[in-house]
Amino acid sequence: MAVKLPIYLDNHATTPCDPRVVQAMLPYFTEVFGNAASRNHAFGWQAEEGVENARAAIAKLIGATPKEIIFTSGATESNNLAIKGVAEMYREKGNHIITEATEHKAVLDTCKRLEKYGYEVTYLPVQKDGRIDLDDLRKAITPKTILISIMYANNEIGVIQPVSEIGAIAREKGVFFHTDGVQAAGKIPVDVQKDNIDMISLTAHKMYGPKGVGALYVRRRNPRVQLSAILDGGGHERGMRSGTLNVTGIVGFGKASEICMNEMPVESARLMKLRDRLKDNILSQLDEVYINGSMTHRLPHNMNMSFAFVEGESMLMGINDIAVSSGSACTSATLEPSYVLKALGVGEDLAHTSIRFGIGRFNTEEEIDYVTGRVVETVVRLRELSPLYEMAKEGMDLSKMQWNTH
Amino acid sequence: MAYSDKVVEHYNHPRNVGSLDKKDPSVGTGLVGAPECGDVMKLQVKINPQTQVIEEAKFKTFGCGSAIASSSLATEWVKGKTVEEALSIKNTDIVRELSLPPVKIHCSVLAEDAIKAAINDWKSKQAAGVPAAEPTTAAAKQ
Repeated sequence: MAVKLPIYLDNHATTPCDPRVVQAMLPYFTEVFGNAASRNHAFGWQAEEGVENARAAIAKLIGATPKEIIFTSGATESNNLAIKGVAEMYREKGNHIITEATEHKAVLDTCKRLEKYGYEVTYLPVQKDGRIDLDDLRKAITPKTILISIMYANNEIGVIQPVSEIGAIAREKGVFFHTDGVQAAGKIPVDVQKDNIDMISLTAHKMYGPKGVGALYVRRRNPRVQLSAILDGGGHERGMRSGTLNVTGIVGFGKASEICMNEMPVESARLMKLRDRLKDNILSQLDEVYINGSMTHRLPHNMNMSFAFVEGESMLMGINDIAVSSGSACTSATLEPSYVLKALGVGEDLAHTSIRFGIGRFNTEEEIDYVTGRVVETVVRLRELSPLYEMAKEGMDLSKMQWNTH
Repeated sequence: MAYSDKVVEHYNHPRNVGSLDKKDPSVGTGLVGAPECGDVMKLQVKINPQTQVIEEAKFKTFGCGSAIASSSLATEWVKGKTVEEALSIKNTDIVRELSLPPVKIHCSVLAEDAIKAAINDWKSKQAAGVPAAEPTTAAAKQ
C-alpha cells in the first residue's frame, strides 16, 4: 500500500489546520473583516459575534464561562501573562512562585526573569515517571507563595501531572494555580471547575486551529484572579490584554475547540490505539529501546523512546521521510540534550538517542506501520555503524569506561 | 538543518564500516568522544611496518550525520597514505570537503583526533616491541 510521503508525526510541535476550521475562518478575512471593538456599526458587531461564539466554544471545552477567556497571541504570551500578571498584582501578598523542572521554556524563562526582579522561585524536581511528588509541592508552599504553575501535560514525553490533586492543594493553601494546558486541551478532558484550575494557557495551533492565536482562562469567582496587564493600550479583554483581536484566528480557534470537544472520545481512543501499535511493534523488533516517562499518566497520542546506541540526529536523517523530533543535543539550538529527559534522570547518553512521536488526527494506520518499518530498519543499520552497540554486545559496561570528553 | 550533498552521500553509503582485530600489532585503534556528548568515533588503521603505509582503515561512529560522514571520509583519505601523510590531515580539510556548518566543526575535530589516536596506538604498540609479524604466524612458529 502506498502512503503519501513525507509523513507528519510531530503533532506536539504543531498541528495542521482542520479543513473545517479553515472553512469557518474564510469569511472573516474578507466579508466579515470588522474590528470586534467597533461598537457602532454592523461590521464591528458581526466580528464581535464571531469572537463571542468562539469564546463560548473554548470556554465549553474546559468547563469555564465565556467571560473568563482572554485572547492572546499564543501560549507563550498566555504563560507570560499568567505568571507576570499574578506576580505584579499580588506583590504585596508574597514573592514566591512554585513551578517544575520540566516546564516549557515560556514558563521557566518567565520565572527566571522574575527572579531577577526579586521573586523567589522553587523548581520542583520530577520523579522517574516525569510526575511531581505532591509531598514536595506541599513542603514547598510558604506564606509567601502566590502562584503554583505546573503544566497539565508535557510537550516532550506527554506525561500528565496530577492536576486535580495540585488544584486541591493550591485551593486549600489559598495559592493560585496556573497550568500550561497547551498539549492537553482538546486531547483529553480538561475541567477547570473539577480540578480547581485558576488559570490555564491554551493555543489554537496544537488543536488543529491556526497559529498566532491563544487564550488564557482567568477565573472570575471562587477565587477571582486579577492580573496586571503586560501590554498597555485600549483595554481590550477586560483590561488584561490590549490590542485589536485577531478575529479570523479566534474564529478558527473556536471552531477547532468545537471539533475537539465533539470528537475527543472517538479520536483519543483511535490515536491511543495507533500509538500502542507503534510502540508494541517497535519493541517487539528491537532490543535496548527505552520508553521515557510514565505510560499510565500519558497523553494518548504521545510516544517518546530512546534507541540506545543510535544518536538522535543521525536517526532523524535516516528516517527523513518522517517528521518527528529528537531530544538529541545536535537537534537543539543550545547543543544540550533535552532538559526534560535529564530531569527524569535519563542519562545524557540515552537522552541523545531519544525520539518523540506525536500522532495526530490525520495519521492513518498505514502511516504508523510504514513509520515502524522505517524506524526498525534505520536503528538496525545505525547500530551496525555504532561502536557503542558493538562494545555493549561484547559485554563491556559503557558507563564504567573512561571517555576522553571534549 | 540542511545537510550538504556530500554529508548525505557518506551517511547513506558510509565507506569502510567495520572493525579490525585490535590485538593485531599492525592495527592501531582510536576511540574518541563520549556517549554523553553524543559522539563516539572508533577509527582503526592497519599499517605496513616496512613501508609505513596505511593499508586498511575501518570505522564505526555513534553520532550525527556529520560525525558519520567525517569519519567515513577520514578512513577514505588515510587509506594508501603513509603515517606521516595521514597525520598531516587537518580537521579544516574535512570541513571544506564536506561543507560542514560551524555547529558541526566539532565532528571534523573528532575525526582528526581519531586518526591521530589510531596512529598513536599503533606507534605505542611498535615502541613496546610487539612483533610486527602476524600473530597467527608467530603462533605457528612456536
